[in-house]
Amino acid sequence: MAETMTYREAMRAAIREALQRDECIFLMGEDVGRYGGAFGVSLGLLEEFGPERIRDTPLSEAGFVGAGIGAALAGMRPIVEIMTVNFSLLALDQILNTAATLLHMSGGQFNVPVVIRMTTGGGRQLAAQHSHSLEAYYAHIPGLRVLAPATVEDARTMLWPALLDPDPVIIFEHGSLYNLSAELAPPEEETSLERAIVRRPGTDLTIVTQGGSLPVSLEASERLAREGISAEVIDLRSLRPLDDEAIATSVRRTHRAVVVDEGWRTLGLTAEIAARIAESCFTDLDAPVLRVASVEVPFPYPRHLEQAAMPSLERIIGAAKEVVGQHG
Amino acid sequence: MAEIKMPALGADMVEATLLEWHVGVGDVVHRGDIIATVDTAKSALEVEALQEGRIEALLINPGTTVSVGTVIATMADSVPEVPTVTPSTSGRPASSPLARRRAAELGIDLADVQPSRPGGFIGVQDVEQSRLAAPAVLPKASEQPAAVIPATEGLREVIASLMARSKREIPHYYLQSTVDIEATLARLEQRNASLPIGERILPAALFLWAIARAARSVPEVNGRFDHGFRPAAEVHLGLAVALREGGVIAPAIRDADRLDLPSMMAQMTDLVRRARAGRLRASEMTDSTITATLLGDQGAEVVHGVIYPPQVALVGVGCIVRRPWAVDGMLGIRRVVAVTLAADHRVTDGHRGSQFLQAIALALDEGVDA
Repeated sequence: MAETMTYREAMRAAIREALQRDECIFLMGEDVGRYGGAFGVSLGLLEEFGPERIRDTPLSEAGFVGAGIGAALAGMRPIVEIMTVNFSLLALDQILNTAATLLHMSGGQFNVPVVIRMTTGGGRQLAAQHSHSLEAYYAHIPGLRVLAPATVEDARTMLWPALLDPDPVIIFEHGSLYNLSAELAPPEEETSLERAIVRRPGTDLTIVTQGGSLPVSLEASERLAREGISAEVIDLRSLRPLDDEAIATSVRRTHRAVVVDEGWRTLGLTAEIAARIAESCFTDLDAPVLRVASVEVPFPYPRHLEQAAMPSLERIIGAAKEVVGQHG
Repeated sequence: MAEIKMPALGADMVEATLLEWHVGVGDVVHRGDIIATVDTAKSALEVEALQEGRIEALLINPGTTVSVGTVIATMADSVPEVPTVTPSTSGRPASSPLARRRAAELGIDLADVQPSRPGGFIGVQDVEQSRLAAPAVLPKASEQPAAVIPATEGLREVIASLMARSKREIPHYYLQSTVDIEATLARLEQRNASLPIGERILPAALFLWAIARAARSVPEVNGRFDHGFRPAAEVHLGLAVALREGGVIAPAIRDADRLDLPSMMAQMTDLVRRARAGRLRASEMTDSTITATLLGDQGAEVVHGVIYPPQVALVGVGCIVRRPWAVDGMLGIRRVVAVTLAADHRVTDGHRGSQFLQAIALALDEGVDA
């Protein structure tokens, strides 16, 4: 039976379902309890599950992420909420050097089954220190699984398999997606966490994107269709590992690719994907792979400057026309 | 042409007065160059150029007040932000990998292709355009055939002209030989039984193998007629392939006499597939030294074909049928096939033609073990 819900409600439902299914699972983070979550995801959960399962933490990312990792090592399955990826840098040492690396350093003895959820991205005038998209930092690290649900359905269904993973999982939720609303029917079969999905089929070029850049990429493809250019849009869903096969299959068919991501261009997610496409699809490419990423500036505060810095509709359409060989 | 607009130099700026221009018409500006000083409510500020270009027109005079967003000047020749491909330094024309691959498949020289992409390199569309533009040229009687790939639209016309010319100029004679291939086919079936399905040999491949072999031993059927017969050193066996959209083309299996049976099967299959997909090489269209037309299971029993000029022979193989036959002095049922020869009487006669057909019949049995 289908019901309409927002991305926020879908994530809340996923957390509720997880807490109901397994008593080892609990949620911890700043303001997740009494406040209901900085973005309202855990509203009502403290009342429903109590303070042992919904735990407000002190204002110390290194401290509470470390504690979550410790809980995971001890046999619990914590969901650690870091308010945004901007603050996660304070816990980067815990995530990289403990969570991601302990399995290896212990010779396979200690798994760290922690799920860390973070809000990411800009576009809401939160200025330079609070608008980062640092998915690339985490997707760079062996030992981590990195997910980026971009649809209401993925927000609802990706959490449970992430919790079943014996190794650390990072889930990125773009701040502009929380109010996204959609009708949700229970999926017939589970989609693997590692699969990218073609959200819009096309023939002239492939747009590869993730998370918060999916809506603007889909809108760009609609505009392009009106001008006779058929763009296929791939939602990566998993940033580590990347679904190389899905990307290559598509680009071998369309012969042209544009990669869109809100991180900065240099050494970002788009750079990695462009390199992989060049490796796997070289003789099938009719044009260089183009990247549409955030302009290389600290994120501006004024709205018009912030919009100009982010991957915009105009820039995506421009890049698509460029790879297809159209002037202007 | 790019427009230079009065910029918002502060979040709350709505208008400004131009104090002075720092550039003139015709000046080249780079990103970051100061082009004007304007006076806002708060102070005098500098306006920078946001793009590279050449100033085309200055639209307002110093002392004028305009709102933010008003076009105050125009610029020409703005450089696009997206980097263009650096031209190839190796002397080869700049092209995408896909374009190079397609050009190789079609036998097109990239030097003949016009790039139309904004990046200045040849894309696959440019190669396709170049292919459609190449006209189908009919070889004249006195010329060596030109390297052509007939465009599908003109294919009917090309076939029509070629066949009419053949009948007009070549004195055809026809011989037929019906060959009992029951034993040969039985041995072929035995050979195939031990092979995976993908490697099994069709009788068609055996016929081609035998024809190529026989053409070696009777060289007067293998070559070209151009002011006299010129025998060919190689046997490039043309295979008539019916196209789905109508029409026939006859691309060549090169050095067909040097292939073993599995190779012949593979080449035949590949050639038919590419012929039907329109992906033949120019050399395959012009190199045949003798052609075979195999009617297959759906075909007639006997084919009396028309020689493809400037060749001098066409071998026809009809459909394999079961017929009453004299077997060891008794009546039996055997699988037989009619092998025909249409040949140029200026080069061979019935005697030599018969020897050729006999050579084919012998080679059929030999070929099963090849």
